[in-house]
Amino acid sequence: MTFEEVKHILKTKTVGIAGCGGLGSNCAVALARVGIGRLVVADFDLVEEGNLNRQFYFYDQIGMLKVSALKQNLFRINPDVRVNTFDIRLCQSDIIEIFSKCDVIVEAFDKPEMKYMILDAVHNYMPEKFLVMGVGMAGWGGNNLIHSRQSDKLIICGDEKNAISEKCPPLAPRVGIVANMQANAVMEILLGTNEHQIHTEHQ
Amino acid sequence: MKIILNNKEEVFDAPQFTVNELLQAKKFTFKMLVIKVNGQLIKKSDYSSALINDGDDVMVLHLISGG
Repeated sequence: MTFEEVKHILKTKTVGIAGCGGLGSNCAVALARVGIGRLVVADFDLVEEGNLNRQFYFYDQIGMLKVSALKQNLFRINPDVRVNTFDIRLCQSDIIEIFSKCDVIVEAFDKPEMKYMILDAVHNYMPEKFLVMGVGMAGWGGNNLIHSRQSDKLIICGDEKNAISEKCPPLAPRVGIVANMQANAVMEILLGTNEHQIHTEHQ
Repeated sequence: MKIILNNKEEVFDAPQFTVNELLQAKKFTFKMLVIKVNGQLIKKSDYSSALINDGDDVMVLHLISGG
């Protein structure tokens, strides 16, 4: 497929991104660059100086709502991408409502409880949707530990090992790798070449 | 029984397990666990009753912080 053909398909697609921190902001940027049609992004947080070691924001955006700053940055990269922003702390009913029209959902939360909440919501209320999660990306090095795996329509990207702690902070390289793996998995799904789609087609 | 656990084949003496028995056998003691059996998400309240049989595909996922 040429890039023109890829863009032709992607511009008709909508991706939901739950959380606009390190995973969400970088994943959104990758999808905007390849020409996704619409992004639905949700986060309640403000940009802080401490976020700039990994999140796709700029020094002069400190204090802004992350969803507003992200929309600004995405527009500067690709003004054709439509961005719907939700400045809220997502609960399960919000997730079901906000992301119900999305073709794929990207989980980009920080806390494991939130990760569980969206996984539970998607499995129980939107089982037809693909969910792409990021699990384990703190620290540095260990390129070989980062992987992805899949169970039906659930895709996990990360090392599934390194949680955040004082001695194991989340930093740009590993967070960026996992965020871009998520975007890569999203592209595969939207272009119809995910293993689950191929498998179901042949049945 | 022979099952697929996290994409790897594993053999157990028992012919059948509950989810809890599998977690004990594998010494999985993490707090935020997700268990899927043949693609179906198993609720925490069902861990003592949901069964794992020969040939099942089991995903055990440990949710950790970072995002």
